[in-house]
Amino acid sequence: MSEEKKLPAEGGEEYSLNDDRRVRVLSPGRLVLQRFLRNRLAIVGMVMLIVMFVFSFIGGLLIPYGQAEQFYTYTYMNKEYVGVTRNDSLRFLAAEGREFGSLPQAQFILATETGKTEFSYKEADYRLADEGNDFYSIYSGGDLVAMAFKDIVYTSDGMPELGFAVKHAALKALASGESAFSAPDAGTYTLDGDHNILKDGVEVGYISRFVVQSKENGVVITRDFKERLEDALDAGETVFAYTAPDAPEGETNEYSITYDAGAQVWSVNQATKTYVYDMYGRPSAAHPLGTDGTGMDMLTRLMYGGRVSLVIGFIVVIIEVVLGVVMGGISGYFGGWVDNLIMRIVDIFYCIPSTPILIILGAAMDSLQVDPQIRMLYLMLLLGFLGWPSVARMVRGQILSLREQEFMTATEATGLRVPRRIFKHLVPNVIPQLIVISTMGLGSVILTEATLSFLGLGVKFPFASWGNIISDVNNSFVMTNYWFIWIPAGICLLITVLGFNFVGDGLRDAFDPKMKR
Amino acid sequence: MRNFVIKRILISIVILLFVTLIIYVLIRCLPASYVDNMAMQLSTAPGAKSYEEWRAQLNAVYGLDKPMLLGWLNWLKEFCTGNLGDSWKYTVPVIEKFKDTIGVSFIMGLISLILELLIAVPLGIVAATKQYSRLDYGISAAALVGISLPTFFFASLLKLFFSVHLGWFDTHGLVGRNFTQLDAWGQFLDMAHHLVLPIATLVIISVGSLMRYTRTNMLEVLNADYIRTARAKGLSERRVIYHHAFRNTLIPLVTIVGASLPGLFSGALITETLFAIPGIGYTSYQAMISGDIPFTMFYMTFLAILTLAGNLLSDILYAVVDPRVRLS
Repeated sequence: MSEEKKLPAEGGEEYSLNDDRRVRVLSPGRLVLQRFLRNRLAIVGMVMLIVMFVFSFIGGLLIPYGQAEQFYTYTYMNKEYVGVTRNDSLRFLAAEGREFGSLPQAQFILATETGKTEFSYKEADYRLADEGNDFYSIYSGGDLVAMAFKDIVYTSDGMPELGFAVKHAALKALASGESAFSAPDAGTYTLDGDHNILKDGVEVGYISRFVVQSKENGVVITRDFKERLEDALDAGETVFAYTAPDAPEGETNEYSITYDAGAQVWSVNQATKTYVYDMYGRPSAAHPLGTDGTGMDMLTRLMYGGRVSLVIGFIVVIIEVVLGVVMGGISGYFGGWVDNLIMRIVDIFYCIPSTPILIILGAAMDSLQVDPQIRMLYLMLLLGFLGWPSVARMVRGQILSLREQEFMTATEATGLRVPRRIFKHLVPNVIPQLIVISTMGLGSVILTEATLSFLGLGVKFPFASWGNIISDVNNSFVMTNYWFIWIPAGICLLITVLGFNFVGDGLRDAFDPKMKR
Repeated sequence: MRNFVIKRILISIVILLFVTLIIYVLIRCLPASYVDNMAMQLSTAPGAKSYEEWRAQLNAVYGLDKPMLLGWLNWLKEFCTGNLGDSWKYTVPVIEKFKDTIGVSFIMGLISLILELLIAVPLGIVAATKQYSRLDYGISAAALVGISLPTFFFASLLKLFFSVHLGWFDTHGLVGRNFTQLDAWGQFLDMAHHLVLPIATLVIISVGSLMRYTRTNMLEVLNADYIRTARAKGLSERRVIYHHAFRNTLIPLVTIVGASLPGLFSGALITETLFAIPGIGYTSYQAMISGDIPFTMFYMTFLAILTLAGNLLSDILYAVVDPRVRLS
């Protein structure tokens, strides 16, 4: 199978039987390589691994973002700016120095509903005068003591508060449709078509049936805004644009109006621009895989996560192999009670349920709040420490059969020291199996680490790992709506582990001298 | 044979003692988060004792103030007399919680083992008989994909497609919302319906290794001399493969299946947790992360016993199935 006959050679030249060029002799290493390269699955696995290594190690260098760099975005949030109600109940205002409490108010309403013009409360008798337009004056003993109204008199911005007499006169004028009125001790006023109250041509107040309340602290609603808003409400519009008179050119604020029929309130909402973390941002040109729940770029996280997963995998396997070779080598070479002791230790390790142990230790590190970086170190040591027995068992088995062979007798005869005999002459013969077992082991270590990180007990934030990226899927909203958060990480994980398994499988076949390929 | 079994059981007991000692020491070395949390909770009640006092009292109640070795000996004594203690988290005796939860885990494990065998053995044999064909590559690749799939990712994918998009199954739990209103048959169907996805996950994740094991063994058998002899006799290929080769492949298969029988009781920790199936795995995961020492101790010891039992069973079965093997 190793020979390739070249008969007849080009040029018609005949090789003699003992010519070196007649057969191509391949070294065992070349043979293994040739068998490996013929295995299609192994080549596919190799390509997968190269892609993932380039993605994780070189991709992380090329991408302009950092592992824990957070991105921000502007979002528009609809905040309620003002609430508007139409005043449909009577309001009362008592004259200066008089009282008109809630009990006489009730008597008043009773009187208006029964159509009476007089009512009494305690010893006082009251007389009411219906001025029209839901406006009543209330007299007691000839004096004006209070008024009841639905249209409200507001004082203009920056003007002194209007007194009771002025308000009463204004409302009376409005009810009777007059355009000028005078109040005692306050002079004359005019009332224009927009229900503005003017004194000497200056606006001092206005009358309106709408109550406009600001919903934000420190925001004063201007008269102009109110008027425009009332016009919009009267027209039944749902969108309202307002340009402040003193605002710079073109600065128009847009508001949306919603009406709550139950509470009879119009809410005027303003879309405000807010600067927030770009949470679960959709894939875009800047972020090809979107952003995660903390506003970090997913592609970058994937690359750095790959680094963490691969580095952890390699370090753990190195720990496993070193411990396993030393223990297995000693055990297999010496035999006897040393072998017995080491193998019983191996048995004990086999028996310890490793997943529960890792979960318990992870939970303990959670409660101790171990620094994420140190935690990663502990994780590697732990996984390595729990994984060495299978390597030791394999190495011991191989060495048991190897040490009976003649070349070992030869090393003994030449007087080599024991460590040299074990590590120079026995262990190299185990290397093919070691390579296979560690390639397959890399895949399973990466899976274990990912599972732990998925459960929140392995690699922790701010470090990325494929497992803790996928753990976002525990939030069922993320699972259903944001595929780009967890599916790419799962695919990366699958490709890497599959790559190691394909290559490991190909190597096992290639190293196996019984294979007929 | 009898001497071998007795010797192995004795060794297993010694190993078990060390394993429980290691687990006990490990658990005791950890901060007893359960006691701490409980003391914290109790001390916030109006007029309560201080946190330190509660902690000291609780430690005494739960026997955590004794030295570790003494505590272990105490635990061992109780364990040997069949007293497994009371679970802290579930506030019932450990054995009661165990009885409640083991059933569903065992059924899940059994069904998936049967399905795995039904899928893996025929496919493994086909792959071996047609070595290096396209079919063989396909089956081997599929088996390796199954081995490489992370359980949690695959389970999430299944949930996304079958529960969210198609709406065929619930994402979590063992019983539906109207479980109590169903009759016995309806309750059975409801539970079966809820177990479809977890069992599918278990089967697909673990079918690969069994398939590869069958293939490897079948290949080894097919390379044996007696197969060449059978072919030389002029037997039909069918008869060679299904009569001569397959029977010999069964030897290692029976061994490995026998060895995995104790494992049926260990529960599938990750799968049960992902689907919130109240089996032994999910229950003990909850116990572990809340620091419930009696339940955790019991579960880990139980797992260790199952592992040892599996190893022993596999050795014995090997001798029983293959008369050439003699145990000594």
